[in-house]
Amino acid sequence: MPVNEKTGEFTPKIVAFCCNWCSYAGADLAGSSRLAYPAEVKIIRVPCSCRVNPMFILRAFEKGADGVIICGCHPGDCHYSTGNYYARRRMTLLFSMLDYLGVESGRTRVEWVSAAEGVKFSTTMNEFAAKIHELGPNVRLEDLRCKNN
Amino acid sequence: MQEQLINRAKELLADGTVVRVLGWRRGDMDYNPEVAYFNSADELSDFVYNGFCGANLSKYMIEASKLEGKTLVFLKPCDTYSFNQLLTEHRVDRDKAYIIGVGCRGKLDIEKIKAKGITGITAITGGPDQIKVSTIYGDHDIDCKDVRLERCHVCKGKEHRVFDEVIGESVDTRDADRMAGVEAIEAMSPAEKFAFFQAELSKCIRCNACRNVCPACSCRKCVFDSTKFDSAQKANTTSFEEKMFHIIRAFHVAGRCTDCGECSRVCPQGIPLHLFNRKFIKDINELYGDYQAGESADQRAPLVNYTFEDAEPGIVSERGSK
Ligand code: SF4
Ligand code: SF4
Ligand code: SF4
Repeated sequence: MPVNEKTGEFTPKIVAFCCNWCSYAGADLAGSSRLAYPAEVKIIRVPCSCRVNPMFILRAFEKGADGVIICGCHPGDCHYSTGNYYARRRMTLLFSMLDYLGVESGRTRVEWVSAAEGVKFSTTMNEFAAKIHELGPNVRLEDLRCKNN
Repeated sequence: MQEQLINRAKELLADGTVVRVLGWRRGDMDYNPEVAYFNSADELSDFVYNGFCGANLSKYMIEASKLEGKTLVFLKPCDTYSFNQLLTEHRVDRDKAYIIGVGCRGKLDIEKIKAKGITGITAITGGPDQIKVSTIYGDHDIDCKDVRLERCHVCKGKEHRVFDEVIGESVDTRDADRMAGVEAIEAMSPAEKFAFFQAELSKCIRCNACRNVCPACSCRKCVFDSTKFDSAQKANTTSFEEKMFHIIRAFHVAGRCTDCGECSRVCPQGIPLHLFNRKFIKDINELYGDYQAGESADQRAPLVNYTFEDAEPGIVSERGSK
């Protein structure tokens, strides 16, 4: 369990995949507007929410993430027209599968954030981090095949 | 039925409709017939069709489609779904196949027979409703319905979805709810779910049999054989693919898996792999409308499709841990 060295408290690892065109710009706007969001959130910039290969999410959880959030342009606003529609189906099914394996649904989230929504970006991240704090440390997905018999 | 099939195959070979036959050949034991080509009437003397012919021949038609001339292939009702799905994906050539839909009364699971404590099997005779298992310790009479493959209990139906002709009678074998296993897991707590899958998946020896047998796993270059694995760039430096194998494979076949049951049948460790595939099938049906892969050859798979009104991913937590 990742803990804060000074306080000994649980400090989750949160990975946020943000699309280049809307959400990453939204994060920028949040920053330049001096809106705070937790330092536990690590942003990875992707060209489109549809670029997020389901394996990236598995990879994040395998590496010990406690929560993964994907942010993309609002449906209808995708820079590549339809990328986020495909991403929406994929992520819904993948999150449901992860929930089925024991990674609670609260640890995965998709949020549509436009370049103008700095406030939404910051509230979403604060909410999501609070949720992960509430859920506590995640199962170790890397141990999925490591049961001692 | 076996004699009928052999005779019809001989006719089709003789009149030049087909140049080879793809079917099941007697194995070293009565319970393990193997998939084989038969090139002449003589070779057909080894042809078998009985309760142990669970093997789905659809995937072999990928290679057969590249050969000269037509191939006669025998498909059970469930196998025809796989053939249709392969047609949809342009992996098999309909013109290269002469399909005889064969009747099916449910296929048998040798592991269930052995699980009755039966060892030293020398021969299995009889059928279709009762079989006699001879062992070095004596004989056992067994009701076929007690030792059927899991997939036959949840059979999609005995109607062939693609065929040139049908031979043989089928019997309805459905007597269980296909999603019961999935629902039982959905009802567990997160910790129980993880423990359940950890116990099952830790048995896996990564023999790849589930992938190799799967008609939906027909990629020319599988990610699991690649040194340029998308997110791991593996070259054996990480164990990511090793740990996530089952999830990745299930996701790759999501929306294309016909639930043919071959993966669970061949797994030497008895891992219930259908629990992964059926979870995706259940979610797809609930969220995007009922869909059965392979029902016809002109459907668009749900994961390469969308509607503007699709549910948001938040539905997963809204409807609860389900
Ligand atoms: S067939 Fe079974 S043991 Fe072999 S790789 Fe698949 S899950 Fe693992
Ligand atoms: S995943 Fe299993 S049930 Fe689905 S198509 Fe492949 S072998 Fe058949
Ligand atoms: S595991 Fe994935 S990449 Fe490999 S054959 Fe199956 S679908 Fe293709």
